[in-house]
Amino acid sequence: MQTQQVQATTLKQKPEKLKKMQTPLQRNLTAYAFISPWLIGMLFLTVGSMLFTFYLAFTDYDLLSAPTWIGADNFTNIWNDRNFWASIRSTLYYVALSVPLRLIASLLVAMLLLKDIKGIGLYRAVIYLPSLLGGSVGVAIGWKKLFDANGPINSFLGVFGIAGPMWIGNPSTAIYVLIILAVWQFGSEMVIFLAGLKQVPTILYEAATIDGASKLKQFFHVTLPMLSPIIFFNLLMGTISAFMVFTQVYIITGGGPMKSTLFYVYYLYQNAFTYFDMGYAAALAVILLVIIAIISSFIYLTSKFWVNYDV
Amino acid sequence: MNKKSLAKTTLRHILLITVSFFMVYPILWMFFSSFKPNNEIFSTTNLIPKTWTFEHYLSSFGPDAPMNFGPMFLYSFLISIVVVVGSIFSSTLTGFAFARLRFTPRKFFIGFMFGTMMLPIQVVMIPQYIIFNKLNLVNSFTPLMLPSFLGVTPFFIYLMVQFIRGIPKDLDEAALIDGCSTFRMFTTVILPLAKPAIVTMSIFAFYWTWNDFFGQLIYLSNPEKFTVSLGLSMFMTNLGESQYGSLFAMSILSVVPVFVIFLFFQRHLTEGIATHGLKG
Repeated sequence: MQTQQVQATTLKQKPEKLKKMQTPLQRNLTAYAFISPWLIGMLFLTVGSMLFTFYLAFTDYDLLSAPTWIGADNFTNIWNDRNFWASIRSTLYYVALSVPLRLIASLLVAMLLLKDIKGIGLYRAVIYLPSLLGGSVGVAIGWKKLFDANGPINSFLGVFGIAGPMWIGNPSTAIYVLIILAVWQFGSEMVIFLAGLKQVPTILYEAATIDGASKLKQFFHVTLPMLSPIIFFNLLMGTISAFMVFTQVYIITGGGPMKSTLFYVYYLYQNAFTYFDMGYAAALAVILLVIIAIISSFIYLTSKFWVNYDV
Repeated sequence: MNKKSLAKTTLRHILLITVSFFMVYPILWMFFSSFKPNNEIFSTTNLIPKTWTFEHYLSSFGPDAPMNFGPMFLYSFLISIVVVVGSIFSSTLTGFAFARLRFTPRKFFIGFMFGTMMLPIQVVMIPQYIIFNKLNLVNSFTPLMLPSFLGVTPFFIYLMVQFIRGIPKDLDEAALIDGCSTFRMFTTVILPLAKPAIVTMSIFAFYWTWNDFFGQLIYLSNPEKFTVSLGLSMFMTNLGESQYGSLFAMSILSVVPVFVIFLFFQRHLTEGIATHGLKG
């Protein structure tokens, strides 16, 4: 007892001595030494680059000669650019379909995986796996061949007497190949939902059962409200990452056919690194930032009405 | 178990088997196709090859291969490992400072780091490319590796801050009383305790870099420096039509490292996703 007290007092005294030894200047210097790698990165690679993008957006720049200031020309050109509008249309369509479908698939499957039945570990692993592999070039190549005119998808449909379309060659179906690929990778959202579902107190379901609520009612009045913060998180992250999709477009459709999958980031890439029109691409990047900011704030503002935070 | 709950469990199994089938079929199809002779791949609906061949794997390596994937795997591996090292370096140092040290304007910096989490890389990639181009570093691995040492992935720093905050402060105070410098305290007390977070972060850093395509596509144009992602993409455009087997074989081989990570570190992955919001 006594020794403990002695220890406690020395513990209290010593840090004060230490504080005296380290002046605020020294303390700051130490801390800055620790964060210096991050600080350099933030100044040059993040903040500096962002400001430079804003500057470039008002210039004409091809990497070879110095940037020339052209005012808002890039933006007026973008406004009149048919490809820009095609890319906006296809990207929004892709986001509007793939994000909700992914959310629904991940939530429903997470509910199936909640109960500890035999082999549950294997089911969880197998269903999660595509989300891990799906972003790679390798799987994108496989996906492309899967939807080939003679590929297994069409052979499968043929069993039922359905003549499958030329999925990737047809402007009205190509985008669905990409959407299905996005939905197929619902695993990471599912993992988040699964963790959330485990947190829902079972007492709520018991109370609802006693009150005579059906399973469906329980889903809408217990599960969904309790999960709403997670749905919000998944919706926000899913929307932003759906806007960024690139690898799959590059490998599977190349933006075609007939610009039907000319997604925004792919079009931006083309302008920057195929045509080396850096100013124009920078302007597109600025617009992308604005679009994402608007959509994120919209999701955030509406969340007041449907996200339940008094859990 | 009564009859009703048995029926329910059976239904659950049936649904889960159906879902699992759709999830693994594309991967299994690629896997088995890589062992089929080229003329069998699209002519049969059988999943399992009639005749097994390992030719597609063997013919993709060595100087006689139409495209030698050996160096590509080596480069992808090298870049991923260096990025892991760089991410550990920058995120532990910064995470520790944010979690433990007092300085101005600490709060502002932390807020700033959070703000950049959602920043699309497209907004910064053009100037970054211009910088590396001016430094004559385009067509080298530097632009792919260097940024990780400068903490460009805020998610990793956030992960470290969260974890280090959870380490009891008594431990570092005790170390300081023993006369440790702040840096020694960081290396001898904090780093060993932060190992679980470092492992999680390393897994994500490796797997994101291994799967990366966009960065590699921008910075590497010389086929001699191609990584696996770029090699596959070029293979598909140049030779793919006649050599599906090799294309599938290399595609499957390209996902093996991620699959191995999945086998050994599944818990780290799911925890990283579920509790730290890392993108799976």
